[in-house]
Amino acid sequence: MFDNLSEKLESAFQGLKGDGKLTEINIAQSVKEIRRALVAADVNYKIAKEFTDKIKDQALGTKNVLSAVKPGEVMVKIVMDEMVELMGGQSVGINTSGKPGIILISGLQGSGKTTFSGKLANYLKTKKKKSPLLVACDVYRPAAINQLTVISEQIKVPIFKDEENKDPVQIAQNAILHAQTHGFDVVIVDTAGRLAVDEHMMREIENIKAGIEPSETLFVVDAMTGQDAVNTAKAFNERINYDGVVLTKMDGDTRGGAALSVKYTVGKPIKFVSTGETMETIDVFHPERMAQRILGMGDIVSFVEKAQEQFDEKEAARIEKKIKKNKFDFNDFLGQLNQIKKMGDLKSLINMIPGMSKMTKNLDIDDKAFSKVESIIQSMTPQERSNPELLNMSRKRRIANGCGHNIHEINMFVKQFDQMKKMMHKMSKGKGMQGMMGGMKK
Amino acid sequence: MSFFKKMFGKKDEETIKAEKAELDKGLERSKTGFFDKISKAVAGKATVDVEVLDELENVLITSDVGLETTVKIIDRIEARVARDKYINTNELNEILRDEIVQLLAENNNTQEIEDFRPPVDSKPYVMMVVGVNGVGKTTTIGKLAYQFKEMGLKVALGAGDTFRAAAVDQLEIWANRVGCEFFSKGMYTDPAAVAYEAVQYGINNDCDVVIVDTAGRLHTKKNLMMELTKIKNSMNKKMPGTPHDVMLVLDATTGQNAIEQAKQFTAATEVTCLALTKLDGTAKGGVAIGISDQFKIPIKYIGIGEGMTQLQVFNKREFVDSFFKKIEGS
Ligand SMILES: Nc1nc2c(ncn2[C@@H]2O[C@H](COP(=O)(O)OP(=O)(O)OP(=O)(O)O)[C@@H](O)[C@H]2O)c(=O)[nH]1
Ligand SMILES: Nc1nc2c(ncn2[C@@H]2O[C@H](COP(=O)(O)OP(=O)(O)OP(=O)(O)O)[C@@H](O)[C@H]2O)c(=O)[nH]1
Ligand SMILES: [Mg+2]
Ligand SMILES: [Mg+2]
Repeated sequence: MFDNLSEKLESAFQGLKGDGKLTEINIAQSVKEIRRALVAADVNYKIAKEFTDKIKDQALGTKNVLSAVKPGEVMVKIVMDEMVELMGGQSVGINTSGKPGIILISGLQGSGKTTFSGKLANYLKTKKKKSPLLVACDVYRPAAINQLTVISEQIKVPIFKDEENKDPVQIAQNAILHAQTHGFDVVIVDTAGRLAVDEHMMREIENIKAGIEPSETLFVVDAMTGQDAVNTAKAFNERINYDGVVLTKMDGDTRGGAALSVKYTVGKPIKFVSTGETMETIDVFHPERMAQRILGMGDIVSFVEKAQEQFDEKEAARIEKKIKKNKFDFNDFLGQLNQIKKMGDLKSLINMIPGMSKMTKNLDIDDKAFSKVESIIQSMTPQERSNPELLNMSRKRRIANGCGHNIHEINMFVKQFDQMKKMMHKMSKGKGMQGMMGGMKK
Repeated sequence: MSFFKKMFGKKDEETIKAEKAELDKGLERSKTGFFDKISKAVAGKATVDVEVLDELENVLITSDVGLETTVKIIDRIEARVARDKYINTNELNEILRDEIVQLLAENNNTQEIEDFRPPVDSKPYVMMVVGVNGVGKTTTIGKLAYQFKEMGLKVALGAGDTFRAAAVDQLEIWANRVGCEFFSKGMYTDPAAVAYEAVQYGINNDCDVVIVDTAGRLHTKKNLMMELTKIKNSMNKKMPGTPHDVMLVLDATTGQNAIEQAKQFTAATEVTCLALTKLDGTAKGGVAIGISDQFKIPIKYIGIGEGMTQLQVFNKREFVDSFFKKIEGS
């Protein structure tokens, strides 16, 4: 998709370069492409419009857009920078001050509140040396209390519950008293899922908030949410004026435009990202990664991180270095493909590699999707694999014969490989990338 | 919630008329409303103003219909206006509705169901329920079991989610609420074995319906999707032809990702029908139109609340009506 957007932007500028008169039309066209990309990523339509209008003004004010060798790339950079800025520069922590600190968790049904409550407790306990208490205030959903109980056992964090009591305000207040007398320094209050239009339930969460005066109120949003994210985020904010947002189910392939919509609408920072069903899958929010993801630019950092989980850090560091030195070769590529296959979660991973999505765009990605690429690489000599620049016409012809694909396909693959390599190299030098890499080293 | 009861419940002529009137009044009231705009700009013309098309695009996209389907709908309207030229203003919003209803109809090769009667004459009728995390699978199963039970059918629920915390408990509470049979092998057991034995249980206990729950999973997780295929196959091994239906549950608040969900779940389990949940919120569920447009999978049920009775049989016309009602209301 990255290639898609920047390609589209490039073509919007094609042939018009140097023709000063066409500036505005030119930019308008590319702005439209950007808007489409945002909307396809579930960014709210109105916000996409406002956002791109702003981009347009900026682009018009940036003299070098049209004189640039690749105006499309300049545009992408403007978009990226603006988006990163919008989604919040520095990551903001949560406020756990107070005796105890009180964290209230709110959100729509099924957004991931209960799971996140557990993750946050686990995070505070293991990373922040806190002594948390989970509080079960969902008195409606069948087995909601059991669910939190099981989670509390998994992470060995105590739970406060009262199955006889149907009043969440009371339960929460009692939990705080319990925490004070039993040495817990932070309580995490899990609440029932509710719709913003459900007046009774919205009043309830208001009452809970007023009754316990949390140090931190979080609003949990499913990253797969569509256009409605704006309405919900706004309605909850009006009622409980939350301090931050949690973005869940980010382990899928959703582009996550809701993140931009929510931040844009309520201006509250996104504080955590949830990336799985197990308790350790919690992460702080990285605006650059999110911007890349929304724009479909691939997320090389997440890819490298995932890869790190899978193979040893040395290997990941080696690949990283090769990318930086622009020495990424067919062996590395093949190695990565194999690693990806092992990781299982093929499609989302593959899209994390900048430039990769284009190569696999029209394929239903499964192991077989790679067999062509693999057979091509396997028909290369060891020298060719480690020196892609060796591939001249006669070598390509030999490879074509060897793997049974036609010369056109070989050419295409080699060309795409080159582009991908360039892209990865370029991204590895970008300022965002360095920052992110720095943040990665735990 | 009463609003939706009214919208989706079986209605007599009177209520329909009253609603129409109410709707028309609403249209009059909102002078800058969507239909007002579209009416003015289209009436008597052979083409549609760009401004109107933009407005239409805006409305469809902000309802999660998605770019592709939106463009398709706009093309259809343009063609229709070009053909019918002189169009009475009152007819205009009808056109839009019609086109969407047709779009839904064209792609649903199956007949629209009228009530909750099991669609297959088999004892037991077996259904497997799949979907990403938290969309409402378990709740929808509970509601569906209630409907079947109301019909006097003997229903068994199979606890195939053995992974998520307290998932088995949750389904068991639903079974108790409904007063139906419940089959479980407990947490952390092999879901394929649960599914197999749930069908067995249904046969042994003379059940009319068996519904098997599965753990929520993101469609990108290959291993989990393979597990789903395995669960399905194990049911078929126990009783050839089962599951008769594989129901994919979609959350109406979901955006464009739902399309990928439909694609991947279909690839893994040959989804035969959809349930669209959480339509009681402000989300319009437009992505279902897009999915219906791209996959030939009928929407069968809609969820309109957390309560046991808050499930309805999908009706294209009513869905489209409520869809536009929400648009006019927002
Ligand atoms: N893949 C994935 N699944 C998640 C994530 N967070 C939560 N889930 C799953 O999403 C489903 C719903 O999560 P819950 O924590 O029960 O959601 P909730 O908001 O508490 O739901 P209600 O209390 O019913 O409103 C469960 O299957 C979770 O395992 C995540 O980051 N990734
Ligand atoms: N408002 C509303 N809430 C719903 C509807 N259907 C389900 N829910 C709620 O959504 C939440 C999740 O429902 P579940 O049935 O647990 O979802 P699930 O798909 O089984 O979740 P996992 O098994 O964790 O993947 C619960 O709080 C339900 O009460 C609906 O139609 N409307
Ligand atoms: Mg919960
Ligand atoms: Mg469930």
